[in-house]
Amino acid sequence: MTRFLFRRTAQAVPLLLLISALVFALLHAAPGGPLAIYLSNPNVRPQDIERLRHALGLDRPLAEQYWAWLGAFVRGDWGYSYSDGRAVAARVWERLPATLELVGVAIVAAVVLALPAGVASAVKRGSRLDRLVAALAMTGISLPAFWFGLLLQMIFAVLLGWLPSSGRTVPGGGDLIDHLRHLVMPAAVLAFVQAAGWSRYLRGSMIATLRQPFVTAAAARGVPRRRVLLRHALRPALGPVLAIVMVDAALLVSGAVVTESVFAWPGLGSLFTESLARRDYTVLMALLMLASFAIVALNVVADAAHTLLDARVALT
Amino acid sequence: MRAPLWLLACLVVAAIAAPVVAPYGPDDIDLAHRRAAPSPAHWFGSDDLGRDVLARVLHGARVSLSIGLLAAAVAGASGIAIGGAAGYAGGWIDTLLMRATDAMLAVPRLPLLMIASALLRPSVAMLVALIGLAGWMETARLVRAEFLALRGRDFVEGARAAGAGHTRVMLVHLLPNAAHTVTVSVTVAVARAILLESALSFFGVGVQPPAASWGNMLYAAQATLATEPWLAIVPGVFILITTMSVNAVGDRASAR
Repeated sequence: MTRFLFRRTAQAVPLLLLISALVFALLHAAPGGPLAIYLSNPNVRPQDIERLRHALGLDRPLAEQYWAWLGAFVRGDWGYSYSDGRAVAARVWERLPATLELVGVAIVAAVVLALPAGVASAVKRGSRLDRLVAALAMTGISLPAFWFGLLLQMIFAVLLGWLPSSGRTVPGGGDLIDHLRHLVMPAAVLAFVQAAGWSRYLRGSMIATLRQPFVTAAAARGVPRRRVLLRHALRPALGPVLAIVMVDAALLVSGAVVTESVFAWPGLGSLFTESLARRDYTVLMALLMLASFAIVALNVVADAAHTLLDARVALT
Repeated sequence: MRAPLWLLACLVVAAIAAPVVAPYGPDDIDLAHRRAAPSPAHWFGSDDLGRDVLARVLHGARVSLSIGLLAAAVAGASGIAIGGAAGYAGGWIDTLLMRATDAMLAVPRLPLLMIASALLRPSVAMLVALIGLAGWMETARLVRAEFLALRGRDFVEGARAAGAGHTRVMLVHLLPNAAHTVTVSVTVAVARAILLESALSFFGVGVQPPAASWGNMLYAAQATLATEPWLAIVPGVFILITTMSVNAVGDRASAR
């Protein structure tokens, strides 16, 4: 296991370097560069832009800028925000809890929805329940998340007035109930979309496992059906699904960007859209690298978890 | 059960025939009938400039469907080329291409596209290219796996012995065998491209007004959820019907 983790980590480093070079090139090769936003501002004189460009090192060759950025980034110096001058790391840290809260609750809710739905539709294949779950899952996979969010806002905030339409608390900070009321809709959007995909994967994986000889053998030995399903079949069937759950972190990142902006949830997703509107390059760069790092890391963890759940899978 | 295919056919026909079928022009401003609720005159209501929502949603279908189909074609073609080359050639070419694929898969797709379109302010053609180039990885992986499994088979060696070049072997002998996989993954790519276009336009960095797309109609509708809900409901229903039909077709194809 140690060797596996070591080797995969060693593979992840060049991958992340490649990604960082790609993203850096994309951001800095754009017309006008990071200071483009000042070019159209009549209050900023051309000589000020030149001074800024020099001060920020933007007049140096791209490769040199990249090395400088990389060296600083690895040492934890993520630079300063172009829009408010504060340290990028501080801005990211203050937004992180809101996103972790939203995504964490959404993942738990999605698993709670997908687990029984997937198992039940695999066990009762072709039944009315299976078809209902299939239709719901198809809707979830095809649904534009932002539109689903707008729809929920229309129904529960505008029409019924049951829930606040956006934000994380009432201004000034509310109690726990207020907090939960704000959390329901954005978490529901993320959870429904994720649960749709996961329930399908689990159904497929569970059907394949139920055909295995060891399941038949367990049933033949007189193991109660419930135990056969939940212990003998579900455990190995979860392996590949768990891998997908972790890999879907990529989808959750995109989902969080969309959901957080629809509901004005003050997390990293909103920080991303705000920074994009202000062309805040240092923040955008840090956010994309963090997301990629999380995705790569979760991939490794997912592979490791897969083996722990299913002894037939060897670590490679 | 051919319902999804029929639905898609109807949508495509309605989109192509939009200038004939639509009751008004997509940009016909009628300030006397602004923000009109759905009625016999305006089936889906009208927007803040009095433009007919039905007319705009049908013209928007032209943009959204073309982007979906063409971007999926770009994604499919690049995926076949990259995955095919990797699987057929093997060795360092394979390693190089698959590392690039891994890297692209590890960057969250929507944020990357949002940055690219915010910086480049793309035309519709460029939007197609961007969405297509952000969606080739899944197809590439699948095609690589197919080619890798097939390249050692006797019929490939036979074709080589008979004098077929590498390109011919790949296109004529290997690709048809991967046709099923490619079809399924390109179908999924169509639905994804439509969703990506709508999301980009919803954030104001995709298709630019006054041209109508389903996404940018929703962008405009956001501010008036409480007073003119039809502006937000109609384009979203069109997106959902389309992506659901496409996914249903893909589901059926993969079950075969």
